[in-house]
Amino acid sequence: MKSKGHLLHIAVALAVVLVAFLITNSMENRYYYKASYVVLQYVVLATAWNILGGYTGYVNFGTAAFFAMGSYTAVALIKLWKPPLYVLLVAGGAVSGLLGLGIGYLTLRLRGVFFSIATLALAVVLQMFMTNWEFVGGGAGTAILKPRSVPFFSNYDEFLFFVMASLAVAAVFVAWLIENSWVGRGMAAIRDNEEAAECMGVPILKLKLFATTVSGAMMGIAGAPFSYFVVFIEPSSAFHLDYAVNSLAMPMVGGTTTWLGPLIGAVLVGTAQQIATVTLSAEMNLLIVGSLLVGFVVFAPEGLVGLFRKLRGRAMGRSA
Amino acid sequence: MAEKLLEIRNVTKRFGGFHALTDVSLHVEKNERFGLIGPNGSGKTTLINCISGALRNEGGSILFAGTEIGAMPAYRRTRLGIARSFQIPKPFTSMTLLENLCIPLEYTAHAKSHGADVASEAMEILDQIGLADRADKLPADLTQIDMRKLELARAMAAKPQLLISDEAMAGLSANEVDGILEILFKLNEGGITIIMIEHIMRAVMSFSERIVVLDAGEKIAEGTPDEVVNNKEVERAYLGE
Ligand SMILES: Nc1ncnc2c1ncn2[C@@H]1O[C@H](COP(=O)(O)OP(=O)(O)OP(=O)(O)O)[C@@H](O)[C@H]1O
Ligand SMILES: [Mg+2]
Repeated sequence: MKSKGHLLHIAVALAVVLVAFLITNSMENRYYYKASYVVLQYVVLATAWNILGGYTGYVNFGTAAFFAMGSYTAVALIKLWKPPLYVLLVAGGAVSGLLGLGIGYLTLRLRGVFFSIATLALAVVLQMFMTNWEFVGGGAGTAILKPRSVPFFSNYDEFLFFVMASLAVAAVFVAWLIENSWVGRGMAAIRDNEEAAECMGVPILKLKLFATTVSGAMMGIAGAPFSYFVVFIEPSSAFHLDYAVNSLAMPMVGGTTTWLGPLIGAVLVGTAQQIATVTLSAEMNLLIVGSLLVGFVVFAPEGLVGLFRKLRGRAMGRSA
Repeated sequence: MAEKLLEIRNVTKRFGGFHALTDVSLHVEKNERFGLIGPNGSGKTTLINCISGALRNEGGSILFAGTEIGAMPAYRRTRLGIARSFQIPKPFTSMTLLENLCIPLEYTAHAKSHGADVASEAMEILDQIGLADRADKLPADLTQIDMRKLELARAMAAKPQLLISDEAMAGLSANEVDGILEILFKLNEGGITIIMIEHIMRAVMSFSERIVVLDAGEKIAEGTPDEVVNNKEVERAYLGE
């Protein structure tokens, strides 16, 4: 029965990837690819954030650091020898994963708030470092030429959209796997009560390091194609505050205890932001997210998923 | 002489300048029913925290089945066979009672075979402690009394060799105290060593084969329940001079 559930999920995941591919062969308008790419990128980031923040209960304020390290790892490699994209993805994931492991090892023995502060500091320090590293463009930034063509796709943007769609599916799938495994149950125990979790046999340090590593690696992978996507990369865009705020706010809006929450949150909030950017202004984004975040934290701390469950519970209670 | 399961030698613990435990030595024999008593703030919970690994002792050593465990992380001590309940309940709030018990079952009792079907075992334990009808409830839906039962049930689910019960009976009615006592006696008959911390004298006295008394972080008496009750120093500690 268990393996049947797995098969179904794998089938759904593959179907989504296929649909993404078919879209690239039928849709022309480039704007939609760009906008969808951003939303899908947030699906990855929000899902990654949630593995640590939602499942394990450690709030990461430094999404931008992990994302940008993935981007800049790719930039360095592109400057060196222009490897194929999958190499960039693997390298970006590896660097940010190691970063997650390191920062976790340094801070997770202390209380959770130290981890949050450390991630915030990490983003500031790394941004300063990149600003001074001329090889990858320094503070002024650098232009990145994307490959002229790619097989099966009519242009590189469509290809990037397809890649990010696949990454989003993979990220959600990984989150689902973790959530439904003994690892995920151990993480939930840590989130609920760390002391009790450890006294019940949960190896808390190992699980927390696993969470910081996986979460960091996923953010790095999401960042790896970024320079190709924006064409011109500079520290202020790669380390943008938006990444930290959104990747935290989206799971909060959707709900932090399941894989579905960050997915819903990223699609809804991400799409709303794309629309607002066109119709209002880019600066409105943070305002929208800020208001949503406050609203949900105060009125629906369990997010849309929790809200939905409560309503359904009430409806069932009435009919029973 | 019986085998020593737990041996504590000259354990000290300070919080800043405050001496919570000073040079405490005691041992618990295999399959013993052991009572730990003392006035409020005498260091009972602190000692349990040092044994279970929630806190680290500063001086002395703690041996479990002959192995020094003072430097081990708590989860490894649990897997070695030490499980404790918390005096102030610390349930896993987002999980149902059944799921609460599945954590120690999955991570300790069946640590080597993650994925074992632990739900039915969890249900058995809930049934034993009288919470089976609330298996699907969240801890927030429980009364304080049931919360204490959950604490004990969760510790039982680790299938320990040594079970430490930190005031599992506070607030329970006489009937319920008897119910918990019965469970603990049964576990003990099944080969589990038990340390009971309790303010309900009737319960500790009838349960324990041997009792140690702490006062202000020091051991002031040790012996059978009768010996302890008639000890002058114990009387002084409890009643003041
Ligand atoms: N984490 C801590 N930090 C500072 N002081 C502490 C800490 N834990 C316990 N203490 C202090 O150590 C002393 C012993 O506390 P402990 O909880 O061990 O007592 P106890 O014997 O379990 O009391 P009770 O019967 O009330 O449960 C108390 O004075 C308490 O205030
Ligand atoms: Mg106590």
